[in-house]
Amino acid sequence: MSETEVIENALTEEEQELFECVYERPGTLTDARFHYCPGCGHSVVHRLLMEVVEEMGIQQDTIGVAPVGCSVLAYNYLDIDMQEAAHGRAAAVASAIKRILPEKYVFSYQGDGDLAAIGTAETIHTANRGDNFLIVFINNAIYGMTGGQMAPTTLLGMKTSTSPSGRTVETAGFPLKISDIVAMLPGSYYVTRHSVHNPNAVRKLKKALVTAFKYQNERKGLCLVEVVSNCPSGWKMTPTEANEWLVEHMFPVYPPGDMKTPKA
Amino acid sequence: MGDVRLMKGNEALAEAAIRAGCQAYFGYPITPQSEILEYLSGEGRKRGMIVLQAESEVASINMVYGAAGAGARVMTTSSSPGISLMQEGLSYIASAELPCLVANINRGGPGLGTIQPSQGDYFQATKGGGHGDYHVIVLAPSSVQEMADFVFDGFDLADTYRNPAMILADGALGQMMEKVEFREYDPAEHVPPKPWATVGKPPTRERNIITSLQLASEDMEKVNLKLQEKYRTIEAREIRCETIMTEDAEVLLVAYGLSARIAQKAMQMARAEGIRAGLLRPITLWPYPYAAVRSLAEQVSGMLVVEMNAGQMVEDVRLGVEGRVPVSFYGRMGGIIPSPEEVLRELKQAIAKQTTKQVEVS
Repeated sequence: MSETEVIENALTEEEQELFECVYERPGTLTDARFHYCPGCGHSVVHRLLMEVVEEMGIQQDTIGVAPVGCSVLAYNYLDIDMQEAAHGRAAAVASAIKRILPEKYVFSYQGDGDLAAIGTAETIHTANRGDNFLIVFINNAIYGMTGGQMAPTTLLGMKTSTSPSGRTVETAGFPLKISDIVAMLPGSYYVTRHSVHNPNAVRKLKKALVTAFKYQNERKGLCLVEVVSNCPSGWKMTPTEANEWLVEHMFPVYPPGDMKTPKA
Repeated sequence: MGDVRLMKGNEALAEAAIRAGCQAYFGYPITPQSEILEYLSGEGRKRGMIVLQAESEVASINMVYGAAGAGARVMTTSSSPGISLMQEGLSYIASAELPCLVANINRGGPGLGTIQPSQGDYFQATKGGGHGDYHVIVLAPSSVQEMADFVFDGFDLADTYRNPAMILADGALGQMMEKVEFREYDPAEHVPPKPWATVGKPPTRERNIITSLQLASEDMEKVNLKLQEKYRTIEAREIRCETIMTEDAEVLLVAYGLSARIAQKAMQMARAEGIRAGLLRPITLWPYPYAAVRSLAEQVSGMLVVEMNAGQMVEDVRLGVEGRVPVSFYGRMGGIIPSPEEVLRELKQAIAKQTTKQVEVS
């Protein structure tokens, strides 16, 4: 069971009254323990999404779509109705769900391989149609689940199991900035890039997610929230090193900030 | 008399989908079935259907997954190369037990092949098609009337068994015009409740999850065993075939779809020449009418299977016959439709060969 319960049980009722609860597991997360590696950004983003769903009171109106990749089992943790899509097809699946249930909130949750390699066509055409749902895009520049292969977003020079000497332009081309492409399409409404490497970044990402859900409610079109994340296991670093490396190397290529916001 | 119209097979299929309460259609243009997407883009949308021309067949079938998972009655259609692209998605849909209807207006292959009619996708349709152990329920129309009828039947079968159903027709059936009468059909009386659909989790129930993933082998075997049990039920209940003039038949033609119409004409010509020929027309290609084949094998001296391919269904006929009588095959490929005269000639040759063989054996 969760650590939270252990702490609660350690206090008597009288003692508990002396404390104010400032931080707890959202009720929209299941009791299952995350399978993610220590320091991985997925757990934080899962939690943030579900905090937003809980705070907006939309648990019974939200349908999520899980990808293939490390977050393939996202539905084990998010206590909402969910579908698990084929690799790269989460956007197509979400597009259809939203068409059948236009009053509901729909999001897809996809990694870089899913969204920017095998699913590129679905990503671009979903954005181009202006389909009214949210894509949460986790970009950690690597295929984590399959053991650390090169991703479309892998940085030049970055070593992976399929670019053992570092990614070169000659053999693998350039890191694909797919969010920038999505932002250029008239069908997208809100495209923004964030991270979860420190508390300030976490707060900003949460705000962006709230904003995206608000726009979906207003039927504004496709929103894409990219999260520049880490992969301590795949990058072969400690969580702290990974977060430092992320700031130093990922941000210059994938700078945090809004790529597209509604004109005031 | 219901609503009778003169229509192309593709249009009849599309019109039937509207009448069957198909809520959403996702498709991509490909000859010889683009009329379905065109008809639904006009008439379907006008009558409330969600119709989306997707970016590919891959996207189409995954949109079908999403819409079916959200509880909608949903369809996609394509022709051979496009159906090949959908196989991964169909495997997911079968595994996740989602009901949907798919139509393959078969054209000649392999590869880009030809836009002319073919039955070259029989193996793909009836043996699974994609990865893993699964089946789609396959209905083979042989007239424009059945192009419409099997839409209603296909949706009902899909919903009953939470399984994809497929109409396997060919380019000729899609393009030709015939009289078609639409049955009286109220979707409200046919579509069952779908408490498993992902429509948003109210506080009163556990969350619904649509997935085909079970990482633990024991769990995935359970999924497979459940599917196999369902397939056995479908095999026990849903086999359909037609027999024509088999009561006194000494030789049997076996053919489905368009080939069955040609074989029927050849059968009539043979009868006129005093050959007591009969016809077995499988209507469900999966589940396959093995029992009908087996029982006719006890009666006739030989069989000729006619297909517009290199010999695919003939393997199922031989499985049913189990060596009891000789089974010959005649097929044309590349989009060529065999003529009744060709089939009659082949039938006579087969009889001669089969008789010689029997003499040799005895």
